[in-house]
Amino acid sequence: MRIYAISVYLFLYIPIGVIALFSFNAGRHASQLQGLSTKWYGKALSNPFVMDALETSLIVAFTSALLASVFGTMAAVALQGIKGPVRVFFDLLIYVAVMIPGIVIGIATLIGLVTLFDQLNPLLAAVWPEGWTPPKLRMGVGSLIAAHTMFLMALVIIIVRARLSGMDRALIEASADLYASPVGTFFQVTLPMIFPAILAGFLLSFTFSFDDFIIAFFVAGSETTLPIYVFSSIRRGVTPEINAIGTMVLAVSLVLLVTAQLLLQRGGKKPK
Amino acid sequence: MKQNKRNWLLLAPAGTWFLVMLIIPLSVVLIFSFGERAPSGGVVLALSLEQYANLPARWTAFKNTMTLAPIGTLAALLIAYPLAYFLAVKVNPKWKTILLVLVIVPFWTSILIRSYAWIFLLGGRGLPALLDWIGIEGVRLINTPFAVLVGIVYGYLPLMVFPIFVSLDRLDKRLLEAASDLGASRWNAFLQITLPLSIPGIATGCMLVFILLMGEFLIPALLGGGKVFFVGNALVDLFLQSRNWAFGSAVAVTLVVVMLITVTIYMRLIARLGASRDDVAIM
Repeated sequence: MRIYAISVYLFLYIPIGVIALFSFNAGRHASQLQGLSTKWYGKALSNPFVMDALETSLIVAFTSALLASVFGTMAAVALQGIKGPVRVFFDLLIYVAVMIPGIVIGIATLIGLVTLFDQLNPLLAAVWPEGWTPPKLRMGVGSLIAAHTMFLMALVIIIVRARLSGMDRALIEASADLYASPVGTFFQVTLPMIFPAILAGFLLSFTFSFDDFIIAFFVAGSETTLPIYVFSSIRRGVTPEINAIGTMVLAVSLVLLVTAQLLLQRGGKKPK
Repeated sequence: MKQNKRNWLLLAPAGTWFLVMLIIPLSVVLIFSFGERAPSGGVVLALSLEQYANLPARWTAFKNTMTLAPIGTLAALLIAYPLAYFLAVKVNPKWKTILLVLVIVPFWTSILIRSYAWIFLLGGRGLPALLDWIGIEGVRLINTPFAVLVGIVYGYLPLMVFPIFVSLDRLDKRLLEAASDLGASRWNAFLQITLPLSIPGIATGCMLVFILLMGEFLIPALLGGGKVFFVGNALVDLFLQSRNWAFGSAVAVTLVVVMLITVTIYMRLIARLGASRDDVAIM
């Protein structure tokens, strides 16, 4: 039994380890280890295409994680005090956002937004003052952020709600009895208690957005995110550079995930 | 009343976002799926079933998805169950959390990079070279259904382990002691107590993995090399290469419908299984 468990752990971690090991390969070929060096990391980090893609990925991940955390928390707090059809409707929306395959979300966003832009662009051109170039709406960083924020919001609502429902209602009632305004209660009682969950939601959202390939593949327009760059390089062949990028991506997500996990556990164990 | 107004304000951004980025786009897909392809490449709105009648053109993609997704789910289950059992029952409680986290963490990292690792391992200079060295020659692994299956199990194993672990961890150990006091062998105790009580975990794990597999694109794209393709690969082709939006929409709608039907049938079956178990318990 123990040997079995060890072999499953090896199965899970050997591929990651192999990528990490070969990323330090000094040789030019991806699959022959010829001494160790960090030169491929230097190569990857000085490649302008990689840096551009990384910048786009970071901007998109940070903005959509931030928007999703703020709007998702607001919605979770409101849903806590609502019953009836509105709540059922929102539950349904969250369910749909999580259940529908990512690829269908990507497709829907692509054709939905392109159709919308096709209607809006002539309109914008018509109302724009004479002599100025009217803005042209198109797929890019904006559509990436909008699409990611949508499904990350569902995630944040689920996480924050779980924390809210584990919270002691008596604290909020006590605060109200002591004449705190509802807004005061929120900022002094509720928010500090759910903050670890919000932060964990933010970190998870950041990782998901940063790692997302399939939605970005459809809605990125002419922009390139890091996963899109990696995917198209893999198509051209395996190189030590991809190993280095992959190792960095894995390392960053591991750190963020473990932090999120610790936050969720500490938040859950707080004395009530 | 004031509270009501505040709740509406709090819900407004999320609600608007879901409307513009989820409800409207999904409706556009549904509407386009009944449309016709315009000569210029766009979609002419119509109310025709032409695109759906065309579905057999992508039959292979559906067939591959509907065979490899269940097989992959089953393979993941068979590998995950003993590990979940080990973690829930055998491991020292002190190590439980850390060992569980170690299983789950890979799942939340980039599936792209993790599938890429297998291109590396299954490619010509990876495992086949190793097999060659011990005397088994001419094995081709990459770009086969087997490679896709390995990628699937590797990618989704953590998602299968977690729910099974939860259901086994909750199991009251006194039931097993009682069974052994009553003379049941360990194997019988497992078959009659542990296994039935872990069915909810198995059901959840299988459903999660199966749903995600139905929409898979990356694993077959990277490890199947264009020979083993899923509906997801057909969709990428239809929307990004041949730009046939009307037909692509029909394929996407069909995928979601097939998914919903399979999941509903599956839930019914599990519910029936649970019901029959309760009958036994009453006896």
